[in-house]
Amino acid sequence: MISIRNVSKWYGEFQALKKCSTEVDKGEVVVICGPSGSGKSTLIKCVNGLELFQEGEIWVDGISVADRKTDLPKLRSRVGMVFQHFELFPHLSILDNITLAQSRVLGRSKKQAVEKAVQLLEMVGLAEQRPKFPAQLSGGQQQRVAIARALAMDPIAMLFDEPTSALDPEMINEVLDVMVNLAQSGMTMLVVTHEMGFAKRVADRVIFMDRGEVVEDRPKQIFFENPETDRARQFLSKILTH
Amino acid sequence: MAFDWSAIPGSLPILWQGMLVTLQITLVGVLVGILVGTLLALFRLSPNRLLSWLSAAYVTVFRSIPLVMVLFWFHLILIPLLAGLLFPGQRLELRFITALAAFSLFEASYYAEIIRAGILSVTKGQFNAGLALGMNRRQVMRLVVLPQALRRMVPLLLTQAIILFQDSTLVYVINLDDFFRKAYNVGNTVGTLNELILFAGAVYLVICTLASGCVRQLHRRLTVLPVK
Repeated sequence: MISIRNVSKWYGEFQALKKCSTEVDKGEVVVICGPSGSGKSTLIKCVNGLELFQEGEIWVDGISVADRKTDLPKLRSRVGMVFQHFELFPHLSILDNITLAQSRVLGRSKKQAVEKAVQLLEMVGLAEQRPKFPAQLSGGQQQRVAIARALAMDPIAMLFDEPTSALDPEMINEVLDVMVNLAQSGMTMLVVTHEMGFAKRVADRVIFMDRGEVVEDRPKQIFFENPETDRARQFLSKILTH
Repeated sequence: MAFDWSAIPGSLPILWQGMLVTLQITLVGVLVGILVGTLLALFRLSPNRLLSWLSAAYVTVFRSIPLVMVLFWFHLILIPLLAGLLFPGQRLELRFITALAAFSLFEASYYAEIIRAGILSVTKGQFNAGLALGMNRRQVMRLVVLPQALRRMVPLLLTQAIILFQDSTLVYVINLDDFFRKAYNVGNTVGTLNELILFAGAVYLVICTLASGCVRQLHRRLTVLPVK
């Protein structure tokens, strides 16, 4: 479904990504972890072309992201993305946040879009909030709306960029619950997160990145029980001891 | 020094005609200024270097020249030249058109900077969120960025409109009868110039103070409204 091959990216002199490669098959859940500044977020943003890269290839459902002829908006409309800071549109109601792209990008009728939005809001437990504005919701609620907004496009895969990092601790689980359900429903997911509990529950594979490199890319059991590199071992011991 | 206000009540209809001219210049200047200013801001921020450069040049030139001179040049050179090309051989009354054009294009350069700052105040994350949903750049700008930017800019845009309202008195240099010039003319004719100019000043003072108060109220409302 998603194929990342030897991707390198530079910001001027600084190399942010070094020959990163991995595959995400249909229905697979892959977690990317690693210290801050390791390039995880940059890599995931390359997948839907929000970041450009200078070398390598990324294919999504057989379409090349780097190909200049690729219709990037169309590709992005088929890949959902959830951001660290939610990025709901503050000037639109919760309902309008979810219907905007459905009608403007997919050309759905108002009725279809609203139906879809309400159905997804019910799924994330926020149907009553539909007339409110984003600022009236808690962080956890906003992130669940953001997930619903992405799902409303009927994506073939979902990208999560540190979806719980900006949340107060007591709100993390309500978002993770939604993500776990989504994973169990068979959604293809690429998730940048430090939530190793989430990885242990639903990930098929875990990728560990450090200094722009994919250092480990293993089935989760092997990764947690027997990481190959010292860097991964150190990272795990730091975030799992608490 | 005794004041003689007796000329004012009888000349109110004349003064009102002048006020209409003033208000029309202000209204057109604000509307066209915001329209052209938005285009200039979008050009300035576009990845197209030529558009960006042209917009920057426009803004720099207009912001570096005193408004009086812009009015003069439009009056003496630009508008007569255009009229000569478009309607050769006709004698046309061009002063009102000149004022509208000069104020619109002059104000556009100020609005462009306000709007550019407003657009830049909307975070890249918002832009990315729009793109990630499959919208193209234009849609993101129109549906996500500009509505937020304009909402944040409303107080500044209105403050600029108040400044424009005051600056419109400068049309006296091209002999256009706005409110101020009507008052001046009445005073001159009747012989109570001081009184008429004081009266005109009081009218500007009252209108601008009221308008500023409204903008402050609006600003308070808009900041209470959820921004982020």
